[in-house]
Order: sequence, then structure tokens, then C-alpha cells
Amino acid sequence: MRNSGFRYTGFRYSGFKVIKEALTGHKGWKPVWRTPEPKKEYDIIIIGGGGHGLATAHYLASRYNITNVAVLEKGWIGGGNVGRNTTIIRSNYLHPENQPFYELSMKLWEGLEQDLNYNAMVSQRGVLNLSHSDSQNDAYVRRGNSMIMSGADAQLLDQEGVRELYPFLDFDNARFPIKGGLLQKRGGTVRHDAVAWGYARGADSRGVDIIQNCEVTGFLIKDGKCTGVKTNKGDIGAKKVASCVAGSSSRVMSQAGMNLPIESHVLQAFVSEGLKPIIDGVITFGAGHFYISQSDKGGLVFGGDLDMYNSYAQRGNLPVVEDVCEIGMAILPAIGRAKLLRNWGGVMDMSMDGSPFIDRTHIKGLYFNGGWCYGGFKATPASGFCYAHLLATDTPHEVAKGFRLDRFQTGNVIDENGRGAQPNTH
Amino acid sequence: MIINHPLLGPRDASEFVYLGDACLMNRPAWVGERIEGEDANDAKTAEALQQYHDYVHLRQNNAGEHKELWYHEQGDRSWLVVTRNTITHEIYNVELAKDVALANKTARASQGGKK
Ligand SMILES: Cc1cc2nc3c(=O)[nH]c(=O)nc-3n(C[C@H](O)[C@H](O)[C@H](O)COP(=O)(O)OP(=O)(O)OC[C@H]3O[C@@H](n4cnc5c(N)ncnc54)[C@H](O)[C@@H]3O)c2cc1C
Repeated sequence: MRNSGFRYTGFRYSGFKVIKEALTGHKGWKPVWRTPEPKKEYDIIIIGGGGHGLATAHYLASRYNITNVAVLEKGWIGGGNVGRNTTIIRSNYLHPENQPFYELSMKLWEGLEQDLNYNAMVSQRGVLNLSHSDSQNDAYVRRGNSMIMSGADAQLLDQEGVRELYPFLDFDNARFPIKGGLLQKRGGTVRHDAVAWGYARGADSRGVDIIQNCEVTGFLIKDGKCTGVKTNKGDIGAKKVASCVAGSSSRVMSQAGMNLPIESHVLQAFVSEGLKPIIDGVITFGAGHFYISQSDKGGLVFGGDLDMYNSYAQRGNLPVVEDVCEIGMAILPAIGRAKLLRNWGGVMDMSMDGSPFIDRTHIKGLYFNGGWCYGGFKATPASGFCYAHLLATDTPHEVAKGFRLDRFQTGNVIDENGRGAQPNTH
Repeated sequence: MIINHPLLGPRDASEFVYLGDACLMNRPAWVGERIEGEDANDAKTAEALQQYHDYVHLRQNNAGEHKELWYHEQGDRSWLVVTRNTITHEIYNVELAKDVALANKTARASQGGKK
């Protein structure tokens, strides 16, 4: 380990340990990561302790043996989108720049808990996209084939197939009847907080410093080279600086004089009161934005569209609440009997083509990861893996080489929905 | 959010469609327009391409005060420039986009005149 002076203090979780602690009053559990003060200099500084930043640190340490690394988080680990999302994972994309990346992510999810020795509650309960017209069925055939070509699984269902899974949907809805669906059985949900904690523990136990309440307020840039960051805890030097701040991307990168192909928008999420098990997978509406699953505690977890206007507020407005609930009623009338318990918002880094960036910048030593829109949770493992690869080797990972910042200049946009440079429509 | 329409008074934001940063009103001349002219050359074309790329794809994406375009689709179909705080959602000012565009044009003309 390059980070001398560090002693491994972590422990391994096991069934035996859980039983032992249960019998001895749970007094033997220890903090899962340290609370270090920042050193003067690191090999790599990662800005942002969200899922992607922590995953990057974990893979840098575990796959590339680079452990002289700090993750600087302005708030607390898991307080950003990684702890605010609706936890859906899937690899059902169309374009060749996207699909292999998301399938790598799915494979990493499948081995995550063994890799981290941490229960992230990865649950491959199936993601079903509903279709509401014959032409949408055709589009799903195409998407399904693209998924299968990348090595992922996809299954086309007719109306009867959907009815077998979820008999209570409104199949004969006058405006948007349900005609069938595209099912990815390996898709599902993951406990989002546990992803942040598991990666934090994985990185920390290999010597990465996770520094909370440490806000980056500027970059140290000399002769076109980035040599560190300014923070509320003082200047910290680094050979490489890797921004990974999701919804705050434009704010942070503007400190390096950069304008990004990104707008920040707010997305809301909703949870109902706890109910008996009714929805055992994830269902998405095909004629607009709405998706729903049921948490292990019984709450229906659902969400829909962005609020549509630029926002840095982690809360939305009422018209979208109404809209989301209306769509919910349209496909699943039974939802009308459930009470809404909570709702909240998170700030999305919506990119100009709806696809992300994992790239160098024009400033030497400064790297950028962002533009994850509202689909970045599922990407967490592959994003960390590919960002670590880029940082360690200075070459893009094979499955992430399309995620370049200059793709709008070169004409290599990755626009899954074909909407053009209108971030709130992706 | 309530948008105080200069002609119609306070209207619910859900009557409007949002487009984005009001910088979208300042479209640079596109490459074709630029390079026809006697001083056309590769450097000029590259510069025009760059400016057009920046105009279409890059945004300041301010946290705080933000001038933005809203379209009153379920109303009088006018375009508005709304000055709004993206952290608090507070709206400071609402103008007809037409007025803003005309004012910009006058400002540009008087700048050009000084040269
Ligand atoms: C309501 C909602 C539902 C969603 N549902 C899904 C879903 O079902 N499936 C899916 O795949 N995706 C979903 N997403 C998207 C997903 O959550 C995000 O794309 C992803 O979490 C972003 O990456 P992250 O985890 O690294 O971000 P974050 O957790 O936001 O991490 C960024 C971190 O950077 C920190 N930071 C910011 N500025 C600074 C600074 N100056 N200095 C230091 N630190 C800083 C922030 O505090 C934050 O902790 C959803 C998002 C929301 C809001």
C-alpha cells in the first residue's frame, strides 16, 4: 500500500458476527470509516462524496492500488442524490455508446456485495416498461435486441404476459391502454444509502481519506495545470483533481472557468404509507414519466417528471406532484387508496443529449464526471470503475469512451430520446 | 410559482412552457452566413462554428439569479423573459421577450455606432 502509516482497522461482516452482536447487545460495532483531517497533498483528490465519487475511490484503491486519495464532501456522505433517488437499476439502453456501459454496471451490481463485504440489498426483482401502442411495441423489439446484443437480458411481453405479472393495472385505460411491455429480469432496486456506505467503507479500509464537511471553493491552477483545490479547510495539493459532484457540476467547474453542456433541474420522489406486498418488481409507464416499486418496508416508491425549470433547490413544486399522482392513478387505480407519506427533491445534472461525461478537461490534471441526469444511480459502479480507469491510466475505459465533453463539437452526440439540446426533455 | 405576466397579471407557472436560459435569444450568425463574404477563411469558419456550438450547447447554469425564457402556451402565447432565483424560486422581474430583444438590438446598434 502506497499510503504508509495507515493501519487497517476495519472488520468483516459475517452471519456469525451478526448473531454474536445480537446476543451481546450490539456493543461491538465500530464506525465504518475514519474521520481524518486532510493531508497537505494527495495523488488524487475526488470532489464529491456521492455514489460516484466514493465508487471511484473504491475502485482506484482496490483495482489500481492507488490509495493516496482523498474524497472531499461538502456535506455528509450520502446526503446528495445517492441518498435521494428511487433506487432503480437497469441496463436497457439503445445506443452502442451507452448500453455496454450500463451492462458493465449491472454486472458490477451483481458482484457488489461480495466485493464490498457489505449488504447493499441488491434486489434483481425485474424492471418492466409498459407499452401503450403497436408502434411502441415495435420500438421495444428494437431496444430489446440492442440489449441482448450487449449481453444483457430482455424479454418482450404481450398484454397477457403483463397481466400475469400485474393483474391490477388499468389495461383498458381509454387514453393509454396497456398493450404489452419490455421486461428486464436482472433489473431491480438497490438500497441507495448502503451503496454510499459500502463504497465509503471499501475505500476507507484501503487507506482513502474521506473528508466530510469539506467544501471545494476553487481550484489551484498554474500554467494550464491543476495542482490542487481550495477548500474551507485550507488548500490541498494533488497531482490529479477529479470533479464528481452531480447536480453541482456547473457551480464547481465554473471555478475553473468552464461552462458545461449541463443545466441543473429538480426531480421529486414520493413514498406512500407502508402497505402489504403488492408490487414485487419495478413498473414504468411508457407514455410519459412515471415509475413505481415497493420498498422492503412496504412503502410505494414512485416518481415522474422533472419540474422542468432550472433549479438548485432540493424541493419541487405542486403541479408536478399532481401530474405524477395523476399518471399513477391512470395505470394503477388502486394507488388512489394509499396515503402519500413523504416527498422530496434532488438536483439533477441534465446534459444536452441526456448522456453523461467521464473525461479529461482542457486543464491538465483536472478531470470531470457528470451529466448523469436522473439515471445516474444505476450507473454508480461503472461510473466509478471507468473514472478510476481514466484517472489511473489517462486513457478512457473501453465502454466509456463515448462520454466526452467535446462530443457536441464533433457531432458524436448520444441522444437516446432524439430530443436535441433541450436538457429538460431527456 | 406565480409568474406576474406584464400584460395579464399573476398567472400560475403551470400555464407556461419553459425553454431555458435567455441567452438563447442571442443567436450568433451561423457558419453559412459568416463565410459567404469576402473575408471568409478557415479561421473565421472555425470561430463561427465554435460560437455556434457554445450558443447551442453550453450554459452558465447559474445558482442564484437566472434570466430565462417562458412561453405562455395556455394563455396569450407570448414569450417572456423571467428573472428568477434558481435557489429560492423567487421571481424578481418579468418582461415581454419582444421588449428585451428590441432593447438588446438598440444596445448593439449603439455599440456598433461607436466603433
Ligand atoms: C428523486 C430522484 C430519483 C432518482 N431516481 C433514480 C433511479 O431510480 N435510478 C437511477 O439510476 N438514478 C436515479 N436518480 C439519479 C441519481 O440519483 C444520480 O444521477 C446520482 O446519484 C448522481 O451521482 P452521485 O451519487 O455521485 O451524486 P450525489 O450523491 O449528489 O453526489 C455529489 C456530491 O457532491 C457534493 N458536492 C457538491 N459540491 C461540492 C463542493 N463544492 N465540494 C465538495 N463536495 C461537493 C454534494 O454534497 C454531493 O454529496 C434519481 C435522482 C433523484 C433526485
